[in-house]
Amino acid sequence: MNKNIVLCGVGGQGTVLASKLIASAAMKKDIPVMSAETIGMAQRGGSVFSHIRMGDGLYTPMIAKGSADIIIGFEPGETVRMLPYLKVDGQVIVSRRTIMPVTATLSDTPYDGGEMIAYLKAHTHKLLVVDAEQACREIGSARVLNLLLLGAAVQSGALGLDEEDLKTAIRERVPEKFHELNFRALSYMKEHSI
Amino acid sequence: MHKEFLMGNEAIALGAVAAGVNLVSGYPGTPSSEVLETAAKHRDDTTYVEWSVNEKSALEVAAGAAYAGARSLVTMKQVGLNVASDPLMSLAYIGVKGGMVILVADDPGPISSQTEQDTRHYSAFSKLPCFDPTSAQEAYEMIQEAFTCSETYGTPVFFRPTTRVCHGYASITVKDPSEYTRRRPEGFRKDTARWVIFPRLSYQNHIKIEERNVRMAEDFSSYKRNRIFPEAKDTLKPAEKPQKRGIATGGISFTYAMETLEQIGMIRLLKVATPHPFPEKLALEFLNGLDEVLCIEELDPVIERELTYLCGKHHLPTKIYGKLTHHTPNAGENTQDSVRQNITSFLGYQLPDQAKAGSSASEDRPPLLPVRPPVLCAGCPHRASFYAVKTAMKGQKTIFCGDIGCYTLGNAMPLDMVDTCLCMGAGLGIAQGVGHIEPDTACFAFVGDSTFFASAIPGVVNAVYNQADMTLVVLDNSTTAMTGHQPHPGTGHTMMGNIVDKIDIEAVLRGIGLKIIETADPLDHSAAVACVRRVAGEPGVKAIIFKSPCIAVTKPAGKMNIDTGKCIRCKKCIRELGCPALIMTGENIGVDAALCTGCGLCSRLCPVHAIIPSDTTACGADHPSASKGGNSHE
Repeated sequence: MNKNIVLCGVGGQGTVLASKLIASAAMKKDIPVMSAETIGMAQRGGSVFSHIRMGDGLYTPMIAKGSADIIIGFEPGETVRMLPYLKVDGQVIVSRRTIMPVTATLSDTPYDGGEMIAYLKAHTHKLLVVDAEQACREIGSARVLNLLLLGAAVQSGALGLDEEDLKTAIRERVPEKFHELNFRALSYMKEHSI
Repeated sequence: MHKEFLMGNEAIALGAVAAGVNLVSGYPGTPSSEVLETAAKHRDDTTYVEWSVNEKSALEVAAGAAYAGARSLVTMKQVGLNVASDPLMSLAYIGVKGGMVILVADDPGPISSQTEQDTRHYSAFSKLPCFDPTSAQEAYEMIQEAFTCSETYGTPVFFRPTTRVCHGYASITVKDPSEYTRRRPEGFRKDTARWVIFPRLSYQNHIKIEERNVRMAEDFSSYKRNRIFPEAKDTLKPAEKPQKRGIATGGISFTYAMETLEQIGMIRLLKVATPHPFPEKLALEFLNGLDEVLCIEELDPVIERELTYLCGKHHLPTKIYGKLTHHTPNAGENTQDSVRQNITSFLGYQLPDQAKAGSSASEDRPPLLPVRPPVLCAGCPHRASFYAVKTAMKGQKTIFCGDIGCYTLGNAMPLDMVDTCLCMGAGLGIAQGVGHIEPDTACFAFVGDSTFFASAIPGVVNAVYNQADMTLVVLDNSTTAMTGHQPHPGTGHTMMGNIVDKIDIEAVLRGIGLKIIETADPLDHSAAVACVRRVAGEPGVKAIIFKSPCIAVTKPAGKMNIDTGKCIRCKKCIRELGCPALIMTGENIGVDAALCTGCGLCSRLCPVHAIIPSDTTACGADHPSASKGGNSHE
């Protein structure tokens, strides 16, 4: 089973931990895994991405355009930016919540997240929009967006990993006091039917 | 042996540790910094690790250790090698006793650098061998081989990963600590004919080096990582172009080329792991019978020039294509997609629809995407420093010379406070030069604390000695922020975990002879503005030290809140500061509590005092970027 996964968002949203959890889960199942991510200057409020590849016969951690099985988008505009990487029948998971860049605030032309979601709807076959604001409120923390989206990815079946795989990874990589919260976020989408 | 999921830089560090490295020195710089940090984490009691004050010092420290028979590793980014080039060029003539690896990370793109310089040229220029890894796994093994090579030939060797190798992760096989090599260095042995460079010695060693490099090129032709991949028997041969074609490549580009060739059919491929000395014999074997070769590499056409030279030298009919012939891009980084494009058009091969799929979305142009340039963090004291100088000098003829660090981001609107930026420490010299030509301009040089120690001190001495008229502004945030918060001489702790005396910037400046030096808190806006006015009005060389710690190394002061009843929506705070925590929520101005650190700079410029400290700890609970702490480790 070979999988190409793209995670994207804005620096500070938790994409790095999410990609580490996926990699960790794959390692546990003895699936070879490679990844690449944005490091350095762009982390300061810039667009960030992680590429993750699982399976045999891989040479490079970088994903080619048109070959991602799934894009997990932490922000609508950033998801549109990465859309060229999606396979024709690939799955997109996207959080509805927009993050305004400083430039948009300065120029009085805030960008429109709704327009981005509409574009995604028009250009993908398998789209799942997650109302993260609502979900995080119910879960009781703003800091679980990454697990919430990973949970949605598991439910879509396009990730190639199940909930138990990720729970094992969480137990390994996250301090114990956050386990319960993260598990709640991970299974949220299962209970709030897609 | 066991498997670990490692970043390329971590793999390199673990490889060095497994090879029994005794000393690691370096200066931080993206994409190289994690190598030294990882080595420090995994070192045993006999290994010494330091962040040096700059790359020149780091290379000299590593050379000294290798003189004493130790295995040493020095790490830096590509532009750092410019700083270390003086000891490098001489060390090439002297050689080493213990294995010495000079790790220089190149940054195609460039993604976070001033230049797209190619360290393979430095390798040829200094006549030192160069190892060029293609992946994290290969880098792990190759750095161990690099130490052996260094000792076999008694010479320092280059190890040159690029950003995607440094920062890519992979599940790789590594040694268990019980399998590590342990080494006890012999120590330095006095031998002036060997260790003291003199013209006569240089002449003799020059002859030896040239002879050695011929031998080494020969040996590298049978080095297992320099390799010819034969064409597959059933390789597709486009009917209209029956020529025999091959591909020559190295570094991360090799992995991109293999991904494409596995899809469309293997043609003969030369993988170059040691671009210098070039494995000529192997390359001739590769060229034999080929009509055309496409070279795929990043930065400069090093492999391409070597092959072109070989074809001339041996009167081969093979045509060599690449950057020089405009068949591949001559700037920027390669990607899987650009390499696939280059290869398929070289072979006259039509891409199947599947591989083109991603472009279907781009036929219909997406809505305008938000631009997200990197900005100074909310609460960053640099914003306050720049704003104080901007306010104080309003209406006067000024030049603001910037430097390398987070504070380069002071160039962004609306601050717009960086008029020049060249290289580490250059702002001081530029300010002096402009001042000599335009004496009516108030010349400022901004320099961070780490950069001050690394390369600004000679600039200050030069200014004082040569009677310049300028204001030095030291932005002292008590860390090396941009590269990930490494300690430096002003922080009072070392990579060995020792607490040491801090080197005091003000005392350094007094020692150089500056008479006017004021230290101020940039967040106390009116006092900071008054300080700038006072100091900048004086003649000669004078300095302001704006002292306030980086928000990443200190606890936030609290949060600010906007009294929407008082706020007149003039947006002065947004327009003047460009702080990412100040946002528009509909018609109102709001504070993104997840980002705000309570620095209070905005409250000081609000004309109606509508921005006030918030007592509640209620944060923007629904803001997904609230990732400090919690379960996110970015």
